[in-house]
Amino acid sequence: MTDLDSFRSETRNWIEINCPPEMRKPIRSEADICWGGRSWTFQSDAQRQWLEVMAERGWTVPDWPKDYGGGGLSPAEARVLKEEMQRIGARAPLTSFGISMLGPALLKFGTEEQKRHYLPEIARGEIRWCQGYSEPGAGSDLAGLQTKAEDKGDHWLVNGQKVWTSYADKADWIFCLVRTSTESKQGGISFLLFDMETPGVSTRPILLISGSSPFCETFFDDVKVPKEQIVGEVNKGWDVAKYLLGHEREMISGMGLGMGGSLGAAVKPSDPMLRAEIAAFDVDALAFAAMSERFAAMWKSGEAHPASPSMMKYAGTELNKRRNELAMAAGGTEALEWEATPAARTWLRSKGNSIEGGTSEIQLNIVAKHILGLPGA
Amino acid sequence: MTLLSDDQKMLQETAASFLAEEGSIAKQLRHWRDIGCKDGFGHGLWKQFAELGLTGICIPESHGGLGLGATEAALVLEEIGRNLTPSPFLATAVVAARAIEGTAHADRWYAGILSGDAVLALAVDEGSRHAPEQTALEAKRQGNGFVLNGGKQFVVQGGSADMIVTVARTGGSPGETEGLTLFAVPKDTAGLNVDNLSLVDSSKAARLTFENVQLNADAVIGEVDDGWQPLTRALNAGRAGAAAELVGVASGASTMTIDYLKQRRQFGKLIGEFQALQHRAGHLYSEIEIARAAAFKAAQLLDAGDERAELYVYVAKAKAAEVASLAVREGVQMHGGIGMTDEHDIGLFMKREAVLGELFGDVYYHRERVAALSGY
Repeated sequence: MTDLDSFRSETRNWIEINCPPEMRKPIRSEADICWGGRSWTFQSDAQRQWLEVMAERGWTVPDWPKDYGGGGLSPAEARVLKEEMQRIGARAPLTSFGISMLGPALLKFGTEEQKRHYLPEIARGEIRWCQGYSEPGAGSDLAGLQTKAEDKGDHWLVNGQKVWTSYADKADWIFCLVRTSTESKQGGISFLLFDMETPGVSTRPILLISGSSPFCETFFDDVKVPKEQIVGEVNKGWDVAKYLLGHEREMISGMGLGMGGSLGAAVKPSDPMLRAEIAAFDVDALAFAAMSERFAAMWKSGEAHPASPSMMKYAGTELNKRRNELAMAAGGTEALEWEATPAARTWLRSKGNSIEGGTSEIQLNIVAKHILGLPGA
Repeated sequence: MTLLSDDQKMLQETAASFLAEEGSIAKQLRHWRDIGCKDGFGHGLWKQFAELGLTGICIPESHGGLGLGATEAALVLEEIGRNLTPSPFLATAVVAARAIEGTAHADRWYAGILSGDAVLALAVDEGSRHAPEQTALEAKRQGNGFVLNGGKQFVVQGGSADMIVTVARTGGSPGETEGLTLFAVPKDTAGLNVDNLSLVDSSKAARLTFENVQLNADAVIGEVDDGWQPLTRALNAGRAGAAAELVGVASGASTMTIDYLKQRRQFGKLIGEFQALQHRAGHLYSEIEIARAAAFKAAQLLDAGDERAELYVYVAKAKAAEVASLAVREGVQMHGGIGMTDEHDIGLFMKREAVLGELFGDVYYHRERVAALSGY
């Protein structure tokens, strides 16, 4: 028996004993996801218990170093853990932007002190982060952002506005791109961290066409941020931002397969023309699932092109939109009922997939320029 | 298992440099086409395949082969696709080798495949659409043997084959998977008429007529009436292989096209600077990566004997054909006028894709299989 085999059998036993039955049921809606944070209300004791036992082992972030609250697992062990959780349908104990976005950026760009301060809180689900990137005048052209941070000696003074800040109204802290110099567009951006309870921070939810409000407008009015709460060097925040966007795109691209299973098997289309379109979709979805596996393996082994998350994000989100279009068609008039089924809301929400985190058009620009080497892109 | 092993990477490099050098469009496809070669490929090159061991990829080590699998065959086929190299590799070293695997016919033919002397083909289609269970070619018992009557078409390499693995009906009726039997039919068998036809891509495929063809009982490959299983094994190896070759065709066409976007100037600019073309090129790149992932997934599942292999073979063939079609259409369009000329190579990719797309079932056949297998 290899070490990995014994790790698998130990893990299987441990999960079997520790994962509450309720946490093995499929996630039905947004409400079933555990985001954690200072003001988090657990949906159930089972949700609390599952987070606690997993965080205790560092398995909310299995591949982070143990010193920072992680599990210290090798990539192979982390994969085994994932497979064993999938085997019994165990839910993720914790989902957060701290895990998927800020954490990887801090591991790469943070000081030792920052890693020891912020990472364990993220791992234990004690703090909920939001991302302050887009602005009213800086969407696809993100580097055009205007929110400014002035150096006031012992602190930064932040003024400006962010938009499309996911869950800003529920977040404890924000990682935020600010302009610290106007001399260069991308070379004048810094990456700040601050508490959403700091005086001068306010949020306003945005109602989407789907009827939900996962995004906010976020306003900064003379917000004082301690000097040390900067990640990386002053005016070098764009490097951190780009690295983090890679992780965000990787996460969003997972949506294509996150919906799982054959669409045709789920909706059993009776119309032959629709059935044919759904079969074409299922071919694309299964092929993309193979791509996701291959991409994950290549990303881990360092064989993937650094810009390949853009390709994944583009393909995965376009696929998810198509899935929802076909699911609506299969649902017919019943899918139009606003309160009785989530179909219409899910369909409308999916339209944002190819906008948030960089539009499909921006991803194609990146692929054309960085992977294909086309000129002037 | 998602990524290639070191041995597989080595094989890939060997195949890539061999086929780019010896299997190039100028040396092989155009050469044999322009002199009107009746086989559509060069036997010298097939010998070189053998010398490199490539013809033995799917042949067990016990028979002197490499004892490898669909994944290694896919690596070679992607390079064959990229260079549009005409060869009997898929028909003989993959499909026919799989069809006769584990039978007395393996003892008879594997040595010739290994040495590059033998060419084998599979005769399955009888109409213009792939439908193996519709096989009607009749094999009637007579004395110690069988008498075959009927027709076959789209028999790739059928004109140059030393032996044709022929699917015939010994029981049941067309539409049923029971009652099919595979026969080894040597060339020059009395009553077998071979009409060797040129296809759009200058490859050759034969129409066969069987008129009271008498075969001994030992011509049966495997068991009488139980041919569906070895046939499926051979066809799935062929579909996975054709998918990999299509990925190569797509990749070759796309590389050629993107190079062109970086050279051709109009309006005082390189045309690759135009976003209208950049986005289409980016989309194409993304689709080719996905098709490659699907093709390798299918091959790896076949090699692992995984129960999802069948589903992924259908997915891979459908996806690869769809994407290769996109690649060649975009290729010709983005090359503009020069893309319509015989002098330029891009059109050759379009022709090859058309044939590979039909081979062992087209996009619609495979989408249908995916739907049926998924229970809808």
